[in-house]
Amino acid sequence: MKAIKNIGLVIFLIGLAFFTALPVLGTFNLNEANFNTIIKEQKIESDVFINDIKSNIVGRDFNGMQSLSPKISKALDNANENHTKNKEWDKKIYTKSSAMAAFIGKKSANGFIANNKGLMWLLTFGLGIIGALMFILPNVILLGKKGIKNDGIYHQSATNRGWIGWMVFIFLVSFYLVLYFASEYATNWTLLVDPISEALSGNPAGHWFVYGFMYCTVMTVMAVRMYIKYRHNIYQVFRTTSVLFFQIVFAFIIPEIMVRLQMPYYDFKNAFPLDYDFFFQWNLKELTNTGGIGIFILVWGIALTLVVVPIMVYFFGKRWYCSWVCGCGGLAETLGDPYRQHSDKSLFAWKVERYLVHGVLVFVIVMTAMTLYSFFSDTGTVLGIKTSTVQSIYSLVIGSIFAGVIGTGFYPIFGNRVWCRFGCPLAAYLGFVQRFKSKFRITTNGGQCISCGNCSTYCEMGIDVRAYAQKGENIVRSSCVGCGVCSAVCPRGVLKLENGPEDGRINPTEILLGNDVDLMDLVNQK
Amino acid sequence: MEHIVIIGNGISGVTLARHIRKLSDKKITIISAETDYFFSRTAIMYVYMGHMKFEHTQPYENWFWKKNRIELLKAYVQEVDTDNKVVQFADGGHLNYDKLIIATGSKPNKFGWPGQDLDGVIGMYHKQDLDRLEVLAPNNKVCNRAVIVGGGLIGIELAEMLNSRKIPITFLVREDSFWNGVLPKGESQMINNHIKNHHIDLRLSTNLKEIKSDENGRVTSVILEETGEELACNVVGLTAGVTPNIDFLKSSKIELGRGVKVNRFLETNIKDVFAIGDCAEQHEAIGNRRPIEAVWYTGRMMGETLAQTICSNRIEYKPGHWFNSAKFLDIEYQTYGWVFAKPKDYETHFHWKHHKEDICITAAFHKDTNEFLGINTFGIRMRHEIFDKWLTEKRDMNHVISYLKDANFDPEFYKVYESDILKQYNTTFNTNLTSQKKSWKRIFSKT
Repeated sequence: MKAIKNIGLVIFLIGLAFFTALPVLGTFNLNEANFNTIIKEQKIESDVFINDIKSNIVGRDFNGMQSLSPKISKALDNANENHTKNKEWDKKIYTKSSAMAAFIGKKSANGFIANNKGLMWLLTFGLGIIGALMFILPNVILLGKKGIKNDGIYHQSATNRGWIGWMVFIFLVSFYLVLYFASEYATNWTLLVDPISEALSGNPAGHWFVYGFMYCTVMTVMAVRMYIKYRHNIYQVFRTTSVLFFQIVFAFIIPEIMVRLQMPYYDFKNAFPLDYDFFFQWNLKELTNTGGIGIFILVWGIALTLVVVPIMVYFFGKRWYCSWVCGCGGLAETLGDPYRQHSDKSLFAWKVERYLVHGVLVFVIVMTAMTLYSFFSDTGTVLGIKTSTVQSIYSLVIGSIFAGVIGTGFYPIFGNRVWCRFGCPLAAYLGFVQRFKSKFRITTNGGQCISCGNCSTYCEMGIDVRAYAQKGENIVRSSCVGCGVCSAVCPRGVLKLENGPEDGRINPTEILLGNDVDLMDLVNQK
Repeated sequence: MEHIVIIGNGISGVTLARHIRKLSDKKITIISAETDYFFSRTAIMYVYMGHMKFEHTQPYENWFWKKNRIELLKAYVQEVDTDNKVVQFADGGHLNYDKLIIATGSKPNKFGWPGQDLDGVIGMYHKQDLDRLEVLAPNNKVCNRAVIVGGGLIGIELAEMLNSRKIPITFLVREDSFWNGVLPKGESQMINNHIKNHHIDLRLSTNLKEIKSDENGRVTSVILEETGEELACNVVGLTAGVTPNIDFLKSSKIELGRGVKVNRFLETNIKDVFAIGDCAEQHEAIGNRRPIEAVWYTGRMMGETLAQTICSNRIEYKPGHWFNSAKFLDIEYQTYGWVFAKPKDYETHFHWKHHKEDICITAAFHKDTNEFLGINTFGIRMRHEIFDKWLTEKRDMNHVISYLKDANFDPEFYKVYESDILKQYNTTFNTNLTSQKKSWKRIFSKT
């Protein structure tokens, strides 16, 4: 069994090595016909740029994106500089150089990788999946009898911020940097999943498709790990299945099929303000221009945020979204589960959390108000501030860096819910509902708590669960995503997630159940 | 300002200090020789097992003490002079007090076994035991076998700890079935099997005769009393119960039995000296409880109670209905009320066990009045409030069985067994009860 695990690890690492090497491999040769298509598709008017590309790139072989990309961005910068000088505004190219390089790279890839997509898929995704499963599946036997399996978490480098943890950190952060800021280097990755993308939407894959496909793959494989680790706990099994279903069906397949049906790309479960660009001008325009389905999406999107979400939170707590449905939560609960213990439980961290997460909520509301004002009054500025500037700042700082690079990249260091805890504006909104108007609570079982601290240690949201449990007090916290792990790891059966009457949900006590009834009456009724 | 000095920074002393602070402005000093800060003793096993780091066992952040003006003093108390109201430290220092609280907890029992103080023999109680075990048994190469002596709650925890590092274990239990002084037969046997299923060499009805060592005084083997068999081992864990940690009081005028003798107000024979927690011994047992209760929550409750007395609201220590919990490897155990291992003459037991899983309950009731007396549950979590209420209301057994769904505290979506339990009860006692649906209203009603 141990041997299977080790072989699996080696296979996984080989797959990972191929995948990691791909961005700098491959040959690219842009032919005239393809370039003409790009000119047409991208509506390029710049003769300077076209001539530059034609003389320096078309017909030549390039090894690796690192040799092609700088030439393209140089050509682009050159052309734009030229047009700016000559005030030829209509010729200026507004596509970002990395996006342009990605377009050109995609059309010009012609080597071994582009011609053997299936084989390359097997060498990367295939080996990764097989290796990971070989590493995970033997745990059915190796973990022994069912029960909580946290042995050695703080002895292992990967889960105790050791060198493996830091390597994972570097890998994840680099991956997100490529994805958000250097997508041309993802060109080879897009080739691997082209067949899948074409089967779904009819279009070749872009880097976001790679991300979506990878997201589903990673979640599925790591969900197998969850099923094995928590096989005694039906709540965990149910929750994992639920997030997996919503990710694969709602976030991945349905939007792709909608594109095939000439409908807007839309994830029906992605609620504003997590879906921060829902009210952006381009989206509103697209939705209002696509007839019935567009209007339906518009109405659904608004109803989701204003009606569905709060009502569901009232009945079930924010867990129905954050740990049963949400994609960010889904990744956190599968890929991120081995790192849940790293969330900071200090009072200081809680203070930072409240400033940050509510700050982001205010930011998104102000931005959206500006956006809508601009949309309806047809101006680009509000009180002298450009709406598009605010939108770009939000997209960059919150949408890309916070949610992606920090949110996922920092899993091995700060735990798996960094984004959900410190940044997600939807979580902040749901948190208000959960804290002030909900039936959900984690009930503390009378006086059974022994203050061992397992609950706090494994709370991914950094809630000091023990602080409440040892006082016999129910846990009613806006940040709780209801993952149920505190209840699972409790060795004394003290915690239970449940939806009950609002009366008595919050129950501060001085003296716990089990002591002298007269004393309890005396002290608790003050 | 009155100076309250508490010896011991465990759950009893710390709870007391917190509550005194809530009620008053008195000067509070907690003395401990064990650690700088309060930690949860029950959690040290999880540090060795790698579930937590030691800092996670500390329920309060380090700034908490200063903020609440609770002074922490790391010192070993050697003597208490009650005439002059002063405690003497081993390092020569001393501290005056106005009121003194002994909350020094326990230490592992040693029954005079030859070799019981050798290098490699440990208890599993103090932070120092944890540190020592990490040195003695970091893995199964350094420690080829460990022998655990004494089949109680600490014994099985030590077994779980060593098992997590794949160290072979021989577990010596004096009784003919695990913890059968507390657990009824069916339950005790289920735990026997569970221990063996974890590849632990469980030896029932087996006593330790002697511990042997090499020329450096390091443990090399143990010899068993019954068979004379010699077992090679590197570590011996003595977990045959605990005894109050009060040797430093022997020279004082404070009345001692096995523990510090206290009345129902937790007062000793000396004015302004009190004792709480594991080290306190009631003159007479309270109800079915033992005179010395080495249980986490009783220490906490004594702290909660004594804080009232010290802050001028003299109040008796009157614990409510008995309850407790533990975990035997993977099996959770809870108990509410009294279920005796050997039923008292008025007591009838109803035992239900799942046909396959390690899940069972034993409920005790009065054979004449049918009054519900208590329940043990294994693998099913139960709601403390509900059982506390049923015990207070003196509900009969039929009520408990019919409304058992109200008491279930397992996580959502878990398989429930109340109907199976009820069916077997109906068959066994020829009753015709029907299972009542779970009602939030009943669960949360306060009366």
